[in-house]
Amino acid sequence: MSTLDGKTPAGPIKDKWTSYKDKVNLVNPANKRNIDVIVVGTGLAGGSAAATLAEQGYNVKAFCYQDSPRRAHSIAAQGGINAAKNYQGDGDSIYRLFYDTVKGGDYRSREANVHRLAEVSTNIIDQCVAQGVPFARDYGGLLDNRSFGGVLVSRTFYAKGQTGQQLLLGAYSAMNRQIARGKIQMFNRHEMLDIVVIDGKARGIIARNLVTGEIERHSAHAVVLGTGGYGNVFYLSTNAMGSNVTAGWKAHKRGAYFANPCYTQIHPTCIPRSGDYQSKLTLMSESLRNDGRIWVPAKKEDAQAIRDGQLKPTEIKEEDRDYYLERRYPAFGNLVPRDVASRAAKERCDEGYGVNATGEAVYLDFAAAIIRYGKEQATIKGENDASEARIKELGKEIVKAKYGNLFDMYKQIAADNPYETPMMIYPAVHYTMGGIWVDYNLMTTIPGCYAIGEANFSDHGANRLGASALMQGLADGYFVLPYTIGDYLSSDIRTGKISTDSNEFEEAEKNVRERIEKLVSNKGTQSVDYYHRKLGNIMWNKCGMARTEKGLKEAIQEITELRNDFWKNVSVPGGANELNQELEKAGRVADFLELGELFAKDALDRNESCGGHFREEYVEKSGEQQGEALRDDKNFAYVAAWEYTGVPSEAKLHKEQLEFNDIELKQRSYK
Amino acid sequence: MKLNLKVWRQQGPQEKGRMVDYQIDGISEHMSFLEMMDVLNQKLIGSGEEPIAFDHDCREGICGSCSMFINGEAHGPVKGTTTCQLHMRSFKDGDTIYIEPFRANAFPVIKDLVIDRSAFDRIQHSGGYISVNTSGNTQDANATPIAKEHADLAMDAATCIGCGACVATCKNSSAMLFVGAKISQYALLPQGQVEAKDRAQNMVAQMDAEGFGNCTNTGACEVECPKGISLTNIARMNREFLGGSLTK
Repeated sequence: MSTLDGKTPAGPIKDKWTSYKDKVNLVNPANKRNIDVIVVGTGLAGGSAAATLAEQGYNVKAFCYQDSPRRAHSIAAQGGINAAKNYQGDGDSIYRLFYDTVKGGDYRSREANVHRLAEVSTNIIDQCVAQGVPFARDYGGLLDNRSFGGVLVSRTFYAKGQTGQQLLLGAYSAMNRQIARGKIQMFNRHEMLDIVVIDGKARGIIARNLVTGEIERHSAHAVVLGTGGYGNVFYLSTNAMGSNVTAGWKAHKRGAYFANPCYTQIHPTCIPRSGDYQSKLTLMSESLRNDGRIWVPAKKEDAQAIRDGQLKPTEIKEEDRDYYLERRYPAFGNLVPRDVASRAAKERCDEGYGVNATGEAVYLDFAAAIIRYGKEQATIKGENDASEARIKELGKEIVKAKYGNLFDMYKQIAADNPYETPMMIYPAVHYTMGGIWVDYNLMTTIPGCYAIGEANFSDHGANRLGASALMQGLADGYFVLPYTIGDYLSSDIRTGKISTDSNEFEEAEKNVRERIEKLVSNKGTQSVDYYHRKLGNIMWNKCGMARTEKGLKEAIQEITELRNDFWKNVSVPGGANELNQELEKAGRVADFLELGELFAKDALDRNESCGGHFREEYVEKSGEQQGEALRDDKNFAYVAAWEYTGVPSEAKLHKEQLEFNDIELKQRSYK
Repeated sequence: MKLNLKVWRQQGPQEKGRMVDYQIDGISEHMSFLEMMDVLNQKLIGSGEEPIAFDHDCREGICGSCSMFINGEAHGPVKGTTTCQLHMRSFKDGDTIYIEPFRANAFPVIKDLVIDRSAFDRIQHSGGYISVNTSGNTQDANATPIAKEHADLAMDAATCIGCGACVATCKNSSAMLFVGAKISQYALLPQGQVEAKDRAQNMVAQMDAEGFGNCTNTGACEVECPKGISLTNIARMNREFLGGSLTK
């Protein structure tokens, strides 16, 4: 085991990024024209990076598996984006955003990266408004904010419940401007299937044209992965169907260390599953917890009656309801961080208080908010003796204006009216804090290969706060990578065009072709989905919200067996030289079957509970914090970065010790 | 429930396509339409046939990938809904369902229900942006107040998901709702007004070059748009275009 250097600049935390920028090596504009950069993925991180690098003058080749960069899954982010603007004058500051993020991440993120993120957060809002992103505004024409989990200020900017969509369309528009100038060459419906390393440096990728099946070689002076998270290793998640780990995993196999794979965010407010055919889960934005109150019946017999369809939630009296988050965490109430809220829901459901047929659902109730807003509106309108029905009507209008599209979405999926009866929600896999290890420059352990956005590991520690993913994606792409990559490329100005005729390209292409050939010629008996669902079951039951040593050991073994069976018995219809969606899926599931094993190993290795990683063996046994996660800072305040050795569960551990000079490590209390 | 499906199958862009019949059983009303298609595809794979290719990704109605023409309507019978958010409770046991790709000359079929919508991207390349570099030094986001009414209208226009239902629905295969929405979003914001004239001219020119038809004001696009994009955006586009032509 060796230790890793995060290359954090020296000096006080407030000055690190500024002095880094002052001294960083730059590439002159004429030389940028001779340098090619590949960006894989066109979500908030990849899209913003591609646009900015092209604006600066680099020749960018951008790749996405979707039919247009605008469809990357950042588009589905609902609630908002954090920035330390302090427009509300409620005490926010860069330091407070930094502090909240480090605390929210359960002290497992790299301090210097998080501070930089908080610093550039304000630039993001300025940039997006300049691009024409239609953020919500108040009647004075200024930007509106709302509050998210784990914080005590309102710093979240939003565009209805479609903030991710609007930010992504902003980045997409910036890309379009560069595509029109010829500075970005866009490859839609292309999937990266390997990274090419020459003389120890990332020099290109092998990509498959998903329409023709053609295998293509693309060279560049640097490769940037903005390829998102790996939540689909659980099969059911809030990720898009196509979201995958393949690009990151290929980089891992070529030498990029994979950090903290076990840090997975299980989001508390998703629509519960309805049956075995379920293909994905839908998130209900965390912003709903600003006004929604979460509860289950206080009496088990009531819960049973609800499950049997004999009782309706609206028939349960106030005193017979258990608002368990408000009860357990009076300071933060319904706005505790996601990991805490999810575990609390699981705890109630495991105890038998779940409210749908599967027993895996709790209520998110807007009745109180509707009355509160209704009374306020009645006062504003001078309707002092408004009837209860009138108050409800006025209140519903406000709730509709705030969350209308989310309520509509719920109605369509659940066939239930959340204005009249509480929503049913349950936790689901949503985001992965772990990812490819990067240093302060966002460079992986392969020189010239960068990872940005959800694809890397650096900013959210063991748990991400709401509205921070959009912030990180855009911070990395717009404001961090364009500086740090120049430092590396400044030594590449004399290299010239990279040829694709080298042995390294030859070898990488051959590997890709052989693997595809193996998949399409296997003619087994089981479909790709069969294996993906099985893997998902193992992951959810043994690597999900609560993990044990025994379960994790079993998971490693079961995943190994499933992977062996996959390569023997998987069936992929169709050929290699055509649009073949089963073949695309097969390649992605094959990689998930390797990642899942490393995931379980990482979780087994981390003998503590922190953030989204909850080991049943490590909980507070007594006192006020009884039942809460028990961190072990003495032994585990490090990043676990894994080096591939041929078998995922035999990966070699490298540690990056985390130092906290500006924040005192303490128990994360939201009580 | 049990269903009779008639699905468009087409091996490739140059191949001739045809409707193929499939019977499917055991469909739950809680399934989404695409989950029903998943069940059918698993059945096809099991019997050694090639599954039906269709575009889909987020399955929560926002990415704009899914694009099925169901019983003669873009995204099927429920208003304000994408194919992925359509649920089988909208159908009855024994129903016959016709499933085709979105059709337009500017949207050629790639395979089965998968179409090529890159024409939309090219229209955006021609002017769907505000020319501002990423500097981090643009003015403070609150320096220019924007009337809430305008900000809200811009947001309404910006919610377009680029699925192409408007084009597939229009008897002229017009893309004016799509283009009008983008032009409107920027025309309504002070940041977008600087380049407003050129933007309308260039985007309309590209729209025409891609082979989309003209608007004859039937309003079918607005009815079928899963995001409820309003026809007034086309009026605003025409105003921007005309204003630009007269003052050029």
